[in-house]
Amino acid sequence: MAADRSGTAGASSKGAPAGRKSPGGPQAGGSLGGQITKILLLGLFTALGVWAVLPLYLAGLWWGIGLVVAVVAFVYWVYFSKRTVPAKYLVPGVLFLMAFQIFPVLYTMSTSLTNMSDGHRGSKDQAIASIEAFSVTRDADSREFVLTVAANGDPETGELVFLLSDGEGGTYAGTEEGLTDLVGAQVDDSGKITDTIGYTVLTPAQVNSRSDELQEFAVPTDKGAGIRSSGLSSAFEGNAVRVYDESCDCIEDTETGVVYHADDERGAFYDEDGQRLPQGWQVGVGLDNFLRFLFDPTFASSFFGTLVWNIVFAVTVTFLVFVVGLAVALTLHVPKMRGKVVYRILVVLPYAMSSLAMYLLWRDMFNADFGLFNRMLGLQVDWLGDVWAARFAVILANVWLGYPYMFLVATGALQAIPRELGQAAQLDGAGPWQAFRHVTLPLLMVAMTPILISTFAFNFNNFNAVWLITRGGPFGSEGTTAGGATDLLITYTYRLAFSEATAQYGYAAALSVMIFLIVSVMSVVTLSRTKALQEVER
Amino acid sequence: MSVSEVAARPVYRRSPSTRLTLWAGRLGWRHAVMWVIAAFAIFPVLFVVSAAINPLGTLSSSQLWPTGASLSNAMELFRNTPFTTWYANSLFFALTNAAVTVLLSALAAYAFSRMRFKGRRVGLIGLLVIQMFPQFLAIVAIYLMFSNIGELYPAIGFDTRWGLMLVYLGGALSINTWLMKGFFDTVPKELDESAQMDGATHAQVFFRIMLPLVTPVLAIVALLVFINTINEFLLASVFLRDTDSQTLGLGLYQLVDSQRNANFGMFAVGAIMLSLPTLAVFWFLQRYISEGLTSGAVKG
Repeated sequence: MAADRSGTAGASSKGAPAGRKSPGGPQAGGSLGGQITKILLLGLFTALGVWAVLPLYLAGLWWGIGLVVAVVAFVYWVYFSKRTVPAKYLVPGVLFLMAFQIFPVLYTMSTSLTNMSDGHRGSKDQAIASIEAFSVTRDADSREFVLTVAANGDPETGELVFLLSDGEGGTYAGTEEGLTDLVGAQVDDSGKITDTIGYTVLTPAQVNSRSDELQEFAVPTDKGAGIRSSGLSSAFEGNAVRVYDESCDCIEDTETGVVYHADDERGAFYDEDGQRLPQGWQVGVGLDNFLRFLFDPTFASSFFGTLVWNIVFAVTVTFLVFVVGLAVALTLHVPKMRGKVVYRILVVLPYAMSSLAMYLLWRDMFNADFGLFNRMLGLQVDWLGDVWAARFAVILANVWLGYPYMFLVATGALQAIPRELGQAAQLDGAGPWQAFRHVTLPLLMVAMTPILISTFAFNFNNFNAVWLITRGGPFGSEGTTAGGATDLLITYTYRLAFSEATAQYGYAAALSVMIFLIVSVMSVVTLSRTKALQEVER
Repeated sequence: MSVSEVAARPVYRRSPSTRLTLWAGRLGWRHAVMWVIAAFAIFPVLFVVSAAINPLGTLSSSQLWPTGASLSNAMELFRNTPFTTWYANSLFFALTNAAVTVLLSALAAYAFSRMRFKGRRVGLIGLLVIQMFPQFLAIVAIYLMFSNIGELYPAIGFDTRWGLMLVYLGGALSINTWLMKGFFDTVPKELDESAQMDGATHAQVFFRIMLPLVTPVLAIVALLVFINTINEFLLASVFLRDTDSQTLGLGLYQLVDSQRNANFGMFAVGAIMLSLPTLAVFWFLQRYISEGLTSGAVKG
């Protein structure tokens, strides 16, 4: 740091606090081309801002508009002020970092304190509207509609939309939020809507593949009424059988007489026997998600089991790739050896292949029925179905993919160690092993330790390594909601959120936060021991 | 090594058997070890090549050593799957991410290396800390975020290229920025100072003087980002659900997920195609690689 100061204290204008540079210094005006590029880029950025504001305005999200305006104004200030030179270089990356890395981390934390999951996604009002609409029955004076099933956006995944025509010229679009008039729809002779702006009409096959969703889809209309489909091409509006009563904050089923009371702690309506209605809403549950992982007998055993395996996996893989990589590096560490270049290319080959494809390849080589290993070795091992065989398989595949990197690094580190040191030790009577163990290895470890730490950190969250080979399996009697034998915390998180029948975002987010905490502890320990921090001072 | 000392002394003529023993002690065992390791290294590669040209195209009929050769698997891959779309998507993500990440990282590294400003220390430590939290750990939040963003802005929602691209760019400032900063520090300050004396602006110093001098580190970061992106699965699988918007990696995953045995030949061709860009960048950048790796950047 001191050296740095002396270097900059002289004639230079750089290196001084940025603000001091501008007065009198070379004008930041620069070349004409540079100025034009700057203005063009800022213009483009402004256009993006305008593009971002329009949908926010239509949706009435005023805070969103405020945010966009603030960001654009900030960027203008940074690039037109002469006192913000470092910021000009940092702002582009930092904006992305804030929006797509830091904000998601904070959002994960807030989600982890809720019960958010399928069935608990929206607000209480939305849940009530959906319950009432879903319970409508047809009676004599029900309005009938000709139904066209459409989707908002992608036909396979977009939200379902009912395009309805009442036979008297009225056309409507019904979503889970309610019914709106539809303008400019094309209606054929049977009264069916064939095309419209803004929605994708589904083909019969697409409707069929989403029939389960269709069963549970209802459009809330006026208080206590809703539209449901009957069959795939007609719908009716009826009165709700289950009606919400504000005075008791409950829902009464007028047919059976059962009363469901709102439970604002669990975010659903429960009857006296503890039966709940499927549609619930999102509520804060405090630390419940965390407590469940730590203390609930089944979840705690699966969480801690996964954690232990996660650490064992990362340590074993790191250790093995280090041993194999170093062994290869030492073997090739001779001045003259025939075929050295060829050997080098061959052993580095796994590193140059696509790791994603290679994981899938290993999975198929371990396939119990058709896989290469069982066929070539004449075995009948259910590699990916047996707990220890699957763990072995995952580790072996990772050693294969990981050791070339260690080999490259170790070769570089070995070349930096003077050969004379080892030879001197041998002259003093040390054997080759002793010379290696007490002279070469300690020097090597100085260079290798940071690499080993980062390899460990990488493997601790090596999602692909496990997901692409075993998907976390094999699973015990509790099925896939508990951790599998090869599950890492990150694959377990992924499965809870995206791969189960009911997505459990709250739990998954809590699990992510746990990983954050574990990684934080590990990184505080390692960071305090690495030289990286000293470099900050330079 | 003591053996090699002895062998290096060319004093008297030895019988062939003694020479063989000496050779075995000095170099022979090294060749033996390398044969074993090389076999371990190449057999999966051999298998995937053999499966790719296997005329039957099933997993159960694929051997380690090819039993026949045909292009039927490649033809089927082109005919039955949107292979070219997948490939184009993969390359789009990898190339765009590599290029933009290098630019954003280099800009930030320049500021960190050459300027002293309030928050510099915090920023550098912050980058180290963030490195410990890979973006994909926040996947739940990213998914929920983009469910809402997609409703407002369909152009960057799920199943679009730009949505996922934005998320990838959130990870642009990372340990790579550190790597670059370290390299920028090795460029003598006198160079940019003299340029500034001659009236160059800071932007001209950055683009005209610094960038050309740090090309090696730019190449390495580009290589690492390219490889990481082309192999990225988690975020892509959450974002890209529509078949035509998927990357080659996702496509291959689904190809062998449903029909593990029958589609294996097609998968093998795809796996080789997915590895080709990686192999190519390795080949062209090999002289930078070991240098860059020892500076602390990590692949897997």
